[in-house]
Parts: sequence; structure tokens; C-alpha cells
Amino acid sequence: MAAGAASGGSAQSDTYAEARTWLLLPAWAVLGIFILAPVLMMLVYSFLTKEFRGGVIWEFSFAAYDQFFCNRGLFGDEPCAIEWTFINIFWRSIWQAGAATLLSLVIGFPTAYFIATRPEKVRPIWVFLITIPYWVNLLIRTVSMKFMLRDQGPLNDFLISTGLIDSPIHIVNTNFAVQLGLFYSYLPFMVLPIYASVERYNFSLSEAAADLYASKWVTLRRVLLPAVKPGVIAGCILVFVPSLGSFLAPDLLGGAKNFMIGSLIEEQFKGNAGNWPFGAAASMILLTMVLIILLIFARQQAKAEKGAG
Amino acid sequence: MASRKYDIKSFPGFLPITALCLVILYAPLLVVTVYSLNDSNSITNWEGVSFRWYVDVFTGPESDKFKIAAWNSFTIAIVAATVSTTIATLAATAMIRGGRFRLRTVSFGLISLPLMVPEIVTAVATLIFFNSIGFTRGYLTILVAHIAFCIPFAYMPISARMQGIEDSYEQAAMDLYASKRQAFTKILLPLMLPGIISGFILAFIISLDDFIITNFVKGAGVETLPTAIFGSVKQGIKPNIMAISTMLLAVSIVMVTISYFVSKSDNTK
Amino acid sequence: MKTLLKTTATAMALALAANAASAEGKLVIYHWFEYIPQELLDKFSEEHGVEVVMDTYDSNEALLASLKAGAIGTYDVAVPGDYMVSIMAQQGLLDTVADGELANKGNIAPEWADPSFDPGRQHSIPYQWGSTSFSVNRDVYDGDINTTDILFNPPSELSGKINMLDSQGEVLAMASLHMGIPQCSTDREQLKALNAMLQDAKGHWVSFNSDTAKEVLVSGDAAVGQIYDGFGAKAREEGANVEYAFPTQGYIVWMDNVVLLKNAPNRDNALKFMDFLLEPENIAAVSNYARYGAGVNGVADHLDPALASLPEANPPADAGAGVFIEVCDQETQSVYDTIWTNLKK
Repeated sequence: MAAGAASGGSAQSDTYAEARTWLLLPAWAVLGIFILAPVLMMLVYSFLTKEFRGGVIWEFSFAAYDQFFCNRGLFGDEPCAIEWTFINIFWRSIWQAGAATLLSLVIGFPTAYFIATRPEKVRPIWVFLITIPYWVNLLIRTVSMKFMLRDQGPLNDFLISTGLIDSPIHIVNTNFAVQLGLFYSYLPFMVLPIYASVERYNFSLSEAAADLYASKWVTLRRVLLPAVKPGVIAGCILVFVPSLGSFLAPDLLGGAKNFMIGSLIEEQFKGNAGNWPFGAAASMILLTMVLIILLIFARQQAKAEKGAG
Repeated sequence: MASRKYDIKSFPGFLPITALCLVILYAPLLVVTVYSLNDSNSITNWEGVSFRWYVDVFTGPESDKFKIAAWNSFTIAIVAATVSTTIATLAATAMIRGGRFRLRTVSFGLISLPLMVPEIVTAVATLIFFNSIGFTRGYLTILVAHIAFCIPFAYMPISARMQGIEDSYEQAAMDLYASKRQAFTKILLPLMLPGIISGFILAFIISLDDFIITNFVKGAGVETLPTAIFGSVKQGIKPNIMAISTMLLAVSIVMVTISYFVSKSDNTK
Repeated sequence: MKTLLKTTATAMALALAANAASAEGKLVIYHWFEYIPQELLDKFSEEHGVEVVMDTYDSNEALLASLKAGAIGTYDVAVPGDYMVSIMAQQGLLDTVADGELANKGNIAPEWADPSFDPGRQHSIPYQWGSTSFSVNRDVYDGDINTTDILFNPPSELSGKINMLDSQGEVLAMASLHMGIPQCSTDREQLKALNAMLQDAKGHWVSFNSDTAKEVLVSGDAAVGQIYDGFGAKAREEGANVEYAFPTQGYIVWMDNVVLLKNAPNRDNALKFMDFLLEPENIAAVSNYARYGAGVNGVADHLDPALASLPEANPPADAGAGVFIEVCDQETQSVYDTIWTNLKK
């Protein structure tokens, strides 16, 4: 098991050490200016005073965070009680994204594994089969998903005609529809990293385990899984994080009855509310949450590697 | 090796799950394809087979809009994927072949930042940023934003591939008096090619498909395919949109098939 | 890899060329979706040799938000509703049309020539007007529909089958009519009651959708839909057995207006476009397409005769009053914002 984690010996080296600053400079510049700087600016905005109907006034204010965490009643003059509204919105989004991630993992892992164990020549064909639907726009896919799942849609028609059900199953405008939509949106991000790590996996390790009379599933769980764990974790993160902030699937498939994090933030900048500092604060809270989750993942992974080594 | 009780690689149930996965992926697209042939103004009623919506895509009232949008989308995706793949390849070389250095963790964090920051947050932040520095929104703002958020998507397969290549190949080349530059371009890059190509393709798809960020940073009258389609589709999917989707699907299958055969013929040399 | 680079270079060159070619004689319109026939834009384009570019939005608030987030100065004209015209004017987002700049200004129908939301028509011209109420599927429910109870306290046949517009202004104004309270109430008891009523009503609703307000009725996904009158007419013409209601408690009326935006990059073309839309023949084309009323003299000769007898445009004698959406001050608005957030939490 220990050997599994440390395969490939000297893949990391210092061959190009003296050029590294120049090699990294373009990435630093582009990401620093167009991702990091905007996020920092957003942090600043979350501490400014809101301008009525959109915009900010350059005065320090804690109002955005107060609004997020404090319930001061309908008229805003009661003492601070815990505001559950936004916590619930966040919780709902986390739950949805988590369920979608789980769904993706349950279906994506076997698929990725299956593809990675095909003969080398046909693997690209399988990968293409998985990625082709993603050349069709996400919006179209989401809307066609909705079209499929409608009460009078093809799926229900099909199920009724086969006699499996008598009356249509209501799927659209439910949480399940949203999860299905998210799953459908991000599945390849689960499949591809897992595929990549299973493909690199040295199957002689499994063979060795099997020779030592480990059963098939034990081999999978104790030998293969630890070795491909980075791919699995990468896949989960790649599905979970975009699902968390997504608003197309919840809006189109969930009926927009309830805010999700994404739609709550969007509403502050594009919709009715026009409260920029609050939108910025909600964004920062979301970001903090994601970073904490990632940190926990990273810690655990590091621990697992240490334990393995 | 030949005589084991079971095949170590195959698991029961994995094939059916893969099949289910493909059904889920393709069923909606199949439905779209079928309904693009519907001879009706509304998608909900079936009124016989016709190709009128395909004609409509090229000659109908919305045809100009979609042509321009498709052009914008493809040019942005190609440029953004090329630039971000280049940046990502250089960065991966520094990260994986650059030894240990102080800023390594920071650099890794910066590169993965677009993955860690939820898209809606990036979108809003970029909007605020462009707004406050007075960068007028248009084609360029979309391109710049796409280059930035495509970098980690290009980086992941590239760095994964590079980690899988032992540096003994380059060392051997340098032992034979190849310069570092030669070791890089003649040895490492060719070995990296599959990773670079999948990085490029991933970045290309991400750019082509992006709606949220584009929708926030696009300027007046500059549409990409997703935003143009969104403009049409949010009131309910229409038959001409289904025709466009079917054609997009057909084009991508053709492209993918060609690239498959191209890569195959390359290998035989 | 080489071919890839070559393709890229070619694509970049072509993209730049394409952008350079389209710099002259432009008009950039910011407009509602599905609200102007493409043929009319083509006609304007041909008559004046101007390339027309159009972006769409789906609510007045989305228009305001986008302009405030830096889009002002990139569009020439927009089409805000009544209350949004006054908000945009307050926010300094509108340019003033000087006397004599519009040759056809005299064509504006007298009842729309001096509206409260834009006294003297300094910034705007009438585009279309209509009402917002709701349509009910008559296959599902055949009782009396001319009451706001259908939305907020529906009979059991309709519960769980109601689509509301995803628009704070329209939902809360309708709710105020239902309760018989002012739209910008400062009375705490009234506001609390409004909040509580909406919380109960939400249990009967299946979705909030503005974009698909028509589609959900046509497809049968919803049996009741809050909707604009012209959209309701279109839903009916597309085969849905729906009837548009005129509640006795009242309903919303609105007028959309073409405004001249501040710092319009193509101000002359914007004025030409406004003049163009003041010609009866042209604005009639919009009405024939969108099924709403126009605010221009002499438009009747060019209208589709079916429009005159459209049930959605002809309230029965016992219908309640039509009211415009009101603009509240900041403090009052913040309470309504909280009520809306509570509704969607």
C-alpha cells in the first residue's frame, strides 16, 4: 500500500529551476490582475455603504454583514437575533451541491474506471463519448433536460407507455430535478480526473494484492482507491464548487421558488435588490466557506499521504 | 499472470453504470435532435417531420445574430484556449520541473484560484473590477476574463501528465549535450503533447460553454453563443434552438472524429 | 500543434477584421425580450443605413442594474416601464430630448403626452402599454376568475399550479391590491399582514418565472400564470385554453417607453429611431406583434383588426381599477425588499 502512493520516483525535478520566475510570470500576471485583484476589490466593497438602487458609497460600513447574520425584524429596528434566512439559503445550496457531487461520484467513478480499463486504443473513443455532450451548450442541455422530465415529457410518456407507472412523476420544480441538472452539468469534471488517475495507476499493484488473496472489492478499496484518491478528490471539488454557485439549474429546473447562493448574489447585482455591498458580503462568505472546505480536504489528503508514507 | 481466479480489472456492475451514464448524457440530446425536426412553432406539439427550422437557422430573423454570436464564441474560445494553454504549460514546467521554492504553494494557490472561487463570485468581482478601472465592456473584456479562468483547466491535465513523466528522459538528453531548451522542446514537450492537447480541449470547451461570467462582463451587443442562446431559450426552448443544438452536436462529432484520426496518423510516423 | 497555431492566428486576424468593419453607423438598443419584430428593425436599418444591435433584459430592475454596473454609455436607447423611467431620471441615467429634436413628437397621443413619470416627455416617447394580471387555464378551473384570490388564496383545483412573475414590483403590487392597502405603505400592521399573507400564498405556488410566463401556460406546466396581457393573448393564440382575468380588486397597468440614454454613443441614430417609432405604421407593427396598445395618434388604421376585440385588452365593466406601480422612498422600499427576500428564502 505504501508503495502505491510513491510511484514514479523522480517525476518532480529542478531541471528548469533558474527559469521558473519567467515561466510563472505570465500566470502570476494574468491571474493576479484578473482574478485576485477583483476578488480583493470585492472584499473592500463588502465593507462599504450601499447606494440605494445599486452602487456603493465610499464609507466604511458593517451593514452588509449585519444584514447577513442579524435578524432585526421587518422594520430593521429590533435587537440582533440570529438571521436564519441566509444561513438556510447557504445550507440548501450546500446540500444540493453535495447531493449532486455524490450522484456524480456514484455514476462517474465506475464510468471512469470502466473507460480507463478498456484497451488503450478505444479509450479515446470512450472519453469522446463522455465529452461530446459538453460541446452542446450547458443552457441547452439544462433546458432539454427540463423538456425531458416534464409531466407530459418524453420520459413520463415512455414510462407510462411501458406500464411502469400510471400517472406522470413530478420531477420538474423539485430538488431532485436540480440535483439531476447539476449532475448533468458537471459530470465530465468528475469522470476525467478519475479517468486520468486510474489510467496512470499501476495495475500490477492490484495483481500483487490479488496474488495475496485479497478479494476484488478489498483490492479496489484498499489498493486502488488510495492510489487514485487525488483524482477522486479533484473530481469531487470540480463538481461541488461550481454546483455551489450555480444558478441555471436551480432556476430552470427548480422553479426559482427559493433563492440559492448563486441567485441570491446575482439578484444583488442584476435583479431587484441592487444591494452591492450585501452581494459582495454574501460572495465573500461563500468564498470563505469554499476555502475552508478545500483546506479540510487538503489537510486530510496530506495526512493520508503522511500515513501512507 | 495469465492464470488468476478473476480478472483484476473488471468489476460487475460497472458496465451497466457506464451505460446508464451514457443514456443520461445522450437522452436529452436525442430528444433535442428529434424535436428539431418538428414542423410546429411550439415545441410542445408534434406536427410531423420537416427541415424548416434548419432553413430558419440560416435565413430566419435570428440568423444574423446567431452567426455573429457563433463567430465570437469560436474566436474567443480558440484564442483563450491557446493563450491559457501556453501560460499553463510554462507554469506547469516551473511548478513540476522547477525544484522546491518559496512561492510554490502561493503560485499553486493562485493558479487554482479560478477553480476555488465559485463562478458567480468571479463574475461579480470581475464586473466590479472592470467597472472601477473603466475598462469598457465588449469583446476584449470577455476574452481577458476567459483567458484568466481557463488557465487552471488547461493546467490540470498538463501538470498531471508532467508528473507522470520521469525526468530521466530529459536528463538523458542533457547527458548527451542537449541544452535545457532543447530538452524542453524536443523531449518534454512531445511527451507532454497528450496532456497539452487535453488541456487545450478542456479550456476550449470551458470557454465555449461559459455563460455566467460572460453574461456579467459582455458589452452592449456583443453576444457569444451561450448568451445569444440564453436570450432565446429562457422563454422556453424553441425549435430553431433545437436545430442549432443538433448542428453543434453534429459539428463537434465530426471535429472530434477528425482529431481522433489525425492523432492516430501522427502516431504511426 | 502547428496547424492549431495557424488556425488560431487566422481566427484572430479575422475576428479583428470583423470588429473593425462594423464600427460606423450603429444603433445599440437595450430592449425587453420578444417584444419587437425583427422585420421592423431591418426596416429601420435599411431606411437609415444604420446597423442595429440589440441586447435584451427581462425586468426593469435588470435594466437598471446593468446600466448602473457600467453599461451606461454603451447603449443608445432602452425601453423601461413607467416607474423605471422616473427612477432612471432620478439616477441621472437619461439624456434630455431638446425641443425640436424629434420631428414626430406631435404624434404622441394626448393622454400619453404628459405622464407623471416623465412630465413633458423630456426623456422618453411612448412605446407600448398594457396590463399585468393573470391567465387561468379553463380546462382546469371553470369558476369565477376575476378575483385576486386565484393567486393568493386559490381554490384547491389550482393550488400548486400557479406560476408567479419573478419580479418584486409586480408580485408585491398585486398582493397590495389583494389586501386593499397602498403600494408604499408605512403602516406596520399592514406590512406585517402583507408579509404573513405572502408566506401563506407561497405554498400554493409552483414557480417564479418571468421569461417562461407564457410557455408554462402553453405547455400546461402551470394552470395559472401571472402574466402581461399581450403575453396572455399570445399564449391563447398558441393553443392554451386560458382566460385573462380582470380582478375586481384591481390590476396593474403599465407603459413601456423608449428613452434616450445618457452618453449614448450614437445619439443621432437614437433620435432617428425614436422618430421612427413615433410613425403610426411602425409602432403599429410592434402592437401587431406584441399584442399591446400603442400611444401614438393615427395608429388605428394600421392595427390588426383582431386587436380591437382582444379579450385581454378589453376589461369587463365590473373590473377593478388599473393602477401603475409606485416608486417608494428608500426606507419604505427596504421593508418591501425584506418582504420579498422572506418570500424567496
